[in-house]
Amino acid sequence: MTPPLLSVRDLRISFNSLSGPFDAVRGVSFDLGREKLGIVGESGSGKSMTGRAIMRLTPHAATVHAERLQLGDLNLLNAPEKTMEHIRGKRIGLIMQDPKFSLNPVVSVGEQVAEAYRIHTKGSAAEARSKAVAMLDAVRIRDPERVYRMYPHEMSGGMGQRIMIAMMLVSEPEILIADEATSALDVTVRLEILNLLDEMVSKRGLGLIFISHDLNLVRHFCDRVLIMYRGHVVEELKAGDLDQAAHPYTRGLLEAMPRIHAPRRRLPVLKRDPTW
Amino acid sequence: MTHTTVTNAPAPRKRLSRKRYSKFGKTLISVATTLFLLVVLTFVIGRLMPIDPVTAVVGPDADRATYLKVQQELGLDQPILQQFGIFLSRLFQGDFGTTLLTGRPVMDDIARVFPATIELATVAIFLGAGIGIPLGVYAAVNRGRFADHAVRLVALLGHSTPIFWIGMMGLMLFYANLGWVGGSGRVDIYYEGLTPDITGFLLIDALLEGDMDVFWSAVSHIILPASVLAYASIAYISRITRSFMLEQLNQEYIIAARAKGVSARGVIWRHAFKNIRVQLVTIVALSYGGLLEGAVLVETVFGWPGFGQYLTNALVIGDMNVVVACTLIIGCLFIALNLISDLLYKFLDPRIK
Amino acid sequence: MNMQDKGIRAWLRAEDVQSPTHAAIQNLWLTWCRFAENPLGVFGLGIVLLLVFAAIFVPYLAPYSPFDQNLQAALHPPGGEYLLGTDELGRDILSRILWGSRITLSIIVIVSIIVAPIGLLVGCFAGYYGGWLDTVLMRITELFLSFPSLILALAFVAALGPNLQNAIIAIALTQWPPIARLARAESLSLRQRDHILAVKLMGASNLRIVLSHIVPLCIPSVVVRITLNMAGIILTAAGLGFLGLGAQPPTPEWGAMVSTGRRFMIDSWWVVTMPGLSILIVSLAFNLAGDALRDALDPRQE
Repeated sequence: MTPPLLSVRDLRISFNSLSGPFDAVRGVSFDLGREKLGIVGESGSGKSMTGRAIMRLTPHAATVHAERLQLGDLNLLNAPEKTMEHIRGKRIGLIMQDPKFSLNPVVSVGEQVAEAYRIHTKGSAAEARSKAVAMLDAVRIRDPERVYRMYPHEMSGGMGQRIMIAMMLVSEPEILIADEATSALDVTVRLEILNLLDEMVSKRGLGLIFISHDLNLVRHFCDRVLIMYRGHVVEELKAGDLDQAAHPYTRGLLEAMPRIHAPRRRLPVLKRDPTW
Repeated sequence: MTHTTVTNAPAPRKRLSRKRYSKFGKTLISVATTLFLLVVLTFVIGRLMPIDPVTAVVGPDADRATYLKVQQELGLDQPILQQFGIFLSRLFQGDFGTTLLTGRPVMDDIARVFPATIELATVAIFLGAGIGIPLGVYAAVNRGRFADHAVRLVALLGHSTPIFWIGMMGLMLFYANLGWVGGSGRVDIYYEGLTPDITGFLLIDALLEGDMDVFWSAVSHIILPASVLAYASIAYISRITRSFMLEQLNQEYIIAARAKGVSARGVIWRHAFKNIRVQLVTIVALSYGGLLEGAVLVETVFGWPGFGQYLTNALVIGDMNVVVACTLIIGCLFIALNLISDLLYKFLDPRIK
Repeated sequence: MNMQDKGIRAWLRAEDVQSPTHAAIQNLWLTWCRFAENPLGVFGLGIVLLLVFAAIFVPYLAPYSPFDQNLQAALHPPGGEYLLGTDELGRDILSRILWGSRITLSIIVIVSIIVAPIGLLVGCFAGYYGGWLDTVLMRITELFLSFPSLILALAFVAALGPNLQNAIIAIALTQWPPIARLARAESLSLRQRDHILAVKLMGASNLRIVLSHIVPLCIPSVVVRITLNMAGIILTAAGLGFLGLGAQPPTPEWGAMVSTGRRFMIDSWWVVTMPGLSILIVSLAFNLAGDALRDALDPRQE
């Protein structure tokens, strides 16, 4: 078996709040290969924090512990900040939810993509610019030269997410973390972006961690799925095997989804057991 | 599944310029109204005196005929609205009347003393912004730690110190005791009047003439009053900068930038700071107005022959023509500064284009 | 909850509130607790209380009368029988500063008493009624706001004549606009609130709504703003005094003391330093207390 791109063992993240320590993530473990791994959970399940912790981008107030956080041959746990700055963008990329907020409002989008290239590759500004334009074209933006000069507030959500993808892929990372990357988009645009992600990931052989609250979306898009509840992974299985899920929480999620081909009078309410 | 290409963003809007012009018109009307109210206010102030202005000129022992004559000369026998009309028309001609002291036109005096104050305030704003902004950024980046508290303390002291007192303390320490800076006035006495008055800004004029002795003397004389003036604005600017930076550092795009691999320094200056640049420009413009206010006190302490000293001298002898003129000019300046900072904001922020 | 919570403490921490007054007092107690967590704020408050104490009990505290001249002891350095030294007429500086605290305190109190109601009423009426009333009132407010407060105060005092009374009026005239603007902003957001609409539906007249409902809700932020502005008021008053436009000599107003001491500054530093320090300390105290009060009333993550 080929060694995994990313290896996580017993990840724990806690916050010091006014009423005592709060454990956002309690012992998450998984491996990531060249596949699409989905992490599904409700808000507060710790899925976003897991993604951030991999890149060591958790908020100041968070304490991160893990038995292992390994990117190939590099230990991410105690790597110095300078090393992390090299890794971010170059080996791991992060796509965030809403391009309205995750792009710098006063810099042109092309510039932001070019910056991502320039940080990791020595070269002239012209070189970075042409690379950025090429990337914009690769994410299927028509007239990339003109879009290069536009500002984030001048574009639609779908276009903004393409920019985000371009920005994070331009330095050719091995792993991409998509944190609710399609949650702020219209349904039709969502499918386009997912297609784009699919194409990018398979063409370049990346590992993708797709974080979402939408189980339905994840089961059709990803290869493997992790279900998270209140800070730990309650179940891990192949996307195709979801219907045979064993854990009551996963079953509850599956039952609660409306089905157009088998309508029910009442959707069952999800039960939550604190012991899970 | 099939791919669909993205539709282009809409073409740049040309209709926006019409909206912009009407907005501009609205601002213009608003400014004009405020200006008019300002003129009314200064007129009222000028007429508020409990002392009879005629008596102030002729003295208490004048006979009836002289009194009436002077009253007519001053135009004070006419109904108040007419007086206001005369006031307005004189204003448009730049006629502020004459000073009590020398009988010269107020306008001439103001033209003479104004550059000195502008020079002082400009040096002060460079100091204030040049020190205040980096301090604010530093405090925001080190939030909660010692550096942050230290900067906030400095800012707090700046808000609480009487500017005239700190000026005096500065003079005592740096001039009388240490001899590091010059004393009162714009230059040492033996250099006074040596440099021709080209721009009215002694620093520039001395440089233009190549007169380095005068230049350095002027520098040593301006550095302390400008620093004292700057002190209060450093307090304000650093506090606001800190607050702006903190707001930016909490935004999502900062995380995205870090996720790209931008270094901490890059994030601070190329990303967060870039977003507050425009707001800072407006803050600095407004602070400039505050400096003009502080100049009134600082010029008195340092014997700086500027606008502020001119005004305070007039206040002491009750020269209302001067007081009215100065108040009006400062008011107009403030309105202009507000307008400029508004326009700068709208002009520089790409989001509003 | 502690099983042994006695009488008052239990009442203050009780979860179930028995009356609106109980709730109000609990709120005050909570605000005080948050305020007390800030050591600098408590320090500032302490100095303010010291100022009030000094101003009230000054006849018993001051060793000399502020007007007693003793030319043989003129310009005596600090120490001995003159704790802070004497000025050029042999008057004890400590006593003059203590008596001057009365002037400072009265300026603050009178200005606040004038400014708070005017600012509140103008702002609340403008914000609630809107329309032309708002436009007119706000134009006037903005006019005063676009002025540097010191210059405007200077102009007024020059026009009315230099004495303490006119100085107070002039300062008050420059301090009400920020309060009015604040009250207007608050009432603009308040008038959308459901409970205001509810009272309106019950038939309350607009006047009643503004006076009995909107104004009281604006009071906390106005109080904080006034406390924060007090340092500025003290500095403006001192500035006026320095320029000879406030209380006239021989009244021991701190700013005027700094001004008259200027001539002797180089050899007798205490004549200028002591009153200046007093201004600084009191100003600082109000700033610290005001900051802490604002943090206590609005605990955001700042």
